[in-house]
Amino acid sequence: MALLHIAEPGMSAEPHKHRLAAGIDLGTTNSLVATVRNGIAVCLPDEQGRTMVPSVVRYRTDGSIEVGQSAVRAHATDPKNTILSVKRLMGRGLRDVAHVEAMPYDFMDSDGMVRLRTVQGVKSPVEVSAEILRVLAARAEASLGGELTGVVITVPAYFDDAQRQATKDAATLAGLNVLRLLNEPTAAAVAYGLDNAAEGVYAVFDLGGGTFDLSILKLSRGIFEVLATNGDSALGGDDFDHRIFCWVLDRANIAPHSREDGRRLLMKAREAKELLTVCEEVPIKASLQSGEEVNLVLTRDEFAHITEHLVRKTLAPMRKVLRDAGLAPEDVKGVVMVGGATRMPHVQRAVAEFFDQEPLNNLDPDKVVALGAAIQANVLVGNRKDEDDWLLLDVIPLSLGLETMGGLVEKVIPRNATLPIARAQEFTTYKDGQTAMAFHVVQGERELVSDCRSLARFELRGIPPMVAGAARIRVTFQVDADGLLSVAAREMSSGVEASVLVKPSYGLSEHEIAEMLRQGMDHAGDDMTARALAEQRVEAGRVLEAIEQALAKDGELLDARERMQIDQSMAALRATLDGADHHAIRQAIDTLSRATDEFASRRMDKSIRGALAGRNINEIEV
Amino acid sequence: MGITLSDSAAKHVAGFIAKRGKGIGIRLGVRTSGCSGMAYKLEFVDEPEEGDLVFESHGLKVVVDPKSLPYIEGTELDFVREGLNEGFRFRNPNVKNECGCGESFNV
Repeated sequence: MALLHIAEPGMSAEPHKHRLAAGIDLGTTNSLVATVRNGIAVCLPDEQGRTMVPSVVRYRTDGSIEVGQSAVRAHATDPKNTILSVKRLMGRGLRDVAHVEAMPYDFMDSDGMVRLRTVQGVKSPVEVSAEILRVLAARAEASLGGELTGVVITVPAYFDDAQRQATKDAATLAGLNVLRLLNEPTAAAVAYGLDNAAEGVYAVFDLGGGTFDLSILKLSRGIFEVLATNGDSALGGDDFDHRIFCWVLDRANIAPHSREDGRRLLMKAREAKELLTVCEEVPIKASLQSGEEVNLVLTRDEFAHITEHLVRKTLAPMRKVLRDAGLAPEDVKGVVMVGGATRMPHVQRAVAEFFDQEPLNNLDPDKVVALGAAIQANVLVGNRKDEDDWLLLDVIPLSLGLETMGGLVEKVIPRNATLPIARAQEFTTYKDGQTAMAFHVVQGERELVSDCRSLARFELRGIPPMVAGAARIRVTFQVDADGLLSVAAREMSSGVEASVLVKPSYGLSEHEIAEMLRQGMDHAGDDMTARALAEQRVEAGRVLEAIEQALAKDGELLDARERMQIDQSMAALRATLDGADHHAIRQAIDTLSRATDEFASRRMDKSIRGALAGRNINEIEV
Repeated sequence: MGITLSDSAAKHVAGFIAKRGKGIGIRLGVRTSGCSGMAYKLEFVDEPEEGDLVFESHGLKVVVDPKSLPYIEGTELDFVREGLNEGFRFRNPNVKNECGCGESFNV
């Protein structure tokens, strides 16, 4: 007989219509599955009460497949057929994978994703991930007593289109209905209920077994945007274990050691690390095969001391991610801790000091991502009402924007925005009497149009002639759930319209997307300078044109000396335009505008006199 | 008579309400649907509705609407574990037969 769970008021499901949903944290080192039961998100354990499944798949010669703990044990004896950290290979070609040489697998390069030769034939990372998902789904179905309606799977915020698609394909292969891929930091924030909290900026500090990811999220109207991500793909809890291991070798004066002794000591190191979270000091005792005895005591202070450089490694990404997001530590409203390694007191302390606030850590950091995914899955299958903004799917892999004066990109829809989405932005005319405007739709992270990909061009004609800056042209970008982009421009006073339909990812291969993203990050500094320079040039052009027009019209208001001074300043500004120094252009603009202050106020007086001349005082409305 | 909770059910209900952070108790009820005529309802209660009957068991409030009561009078709510699955079960003396899955029943 089916067992019942307590539903939210008025939300009892019809018999046989229970919609079972699960959230899956498909991690590099470990994976978890969670669900919402009795109104609470819980991770589902196996028969032994373990919630974590090591993300390890072993293909055996007899045709069977092992996943999890038992596969981990086989890693030492059967490395070629025991696949670890397959997540690093998802959606990647052989060239894109870092440290291929360090992996024991028999790689096969192919056009798309890298493949692995195993005793059971050639396997793609998608197939390997599907095996992990199958095990998690089977556990969920056994625990929930029914078939899953749908799942939410989490992916790192920096995953591109190809990696996301590969994750989705793995789920399909495992027979799962993916309700949504959710960014891991977003899932963690959801688990803490931040989506119900006030709007603001949050940081997610994720120190896992072997990777460190840092994300800055902005919450507005119940939707999380990923503002920036950073991290270190080769920093994690395992490095802390290794430091203790080295410390033990050094203190006990032992080396070299056998493989078995090494494994044993590393395990002791790990235990010591975990115990130090709750104890001030721990004994490390071991009898080695070599006959040597280890008998040491490690204190919390000593541990903090020997791993200080590892903690310091997290600081640079923290500073950088904030700089990328254009924020200071005090702008961050809350810090969410994810990953078992964040339990270490000195890591907590470093984060607290950096952001000057206590991080959120009352949920289990190993489970928090899966719990958030479960909460989202529960909403998406319709087990909770009062949600409307929630049914958002997918994200934009690269920002979409428009070319503006000076070859700059104005981003309208940022990268990682959830789909479907519509964003509008107002633009204006650059010249007096301008009646048409050309729009150039581009995609990419760089600041200059020439570095981004051109998607479409269209024109808006019939703008009523107005002075520069008076026209209000509203440009709307809309991307539907299938990733189709339409761009419409509308002049607000006359209502004239023009639009174009484009498919944003058309023609962009995975590789190109990855390359463009990488360049965007690498060139962030250059781009800022290029942007500043282009902006100042545009501004200088605008100022010069306005003054020329004014001189042509009201030049007689100036005496020869004043006129000469203005001409000189204008010449000085023009001279700076050929250079590449945006500060010099800015200074020249400032000098010119000071030189024309007096002229401007005389013109003002003149036009007021002109407006008032010949009119009776009573005719002038106040 | 009335409606009661087993020790195990009471412990879990209290825990779930505490974790949920709000709610004064749970509602037990029935409605007509399912393959055998009726189905159980098990929900959190934020505030009782007019006419609701409120029982106390292990210090917890158990709310039942008057129309449901005749069908579940004497029921003990239990919490059981079956393999990896765990959840609540109605031990209802009024039931004549259940559908195979136990999600609906008739009296």
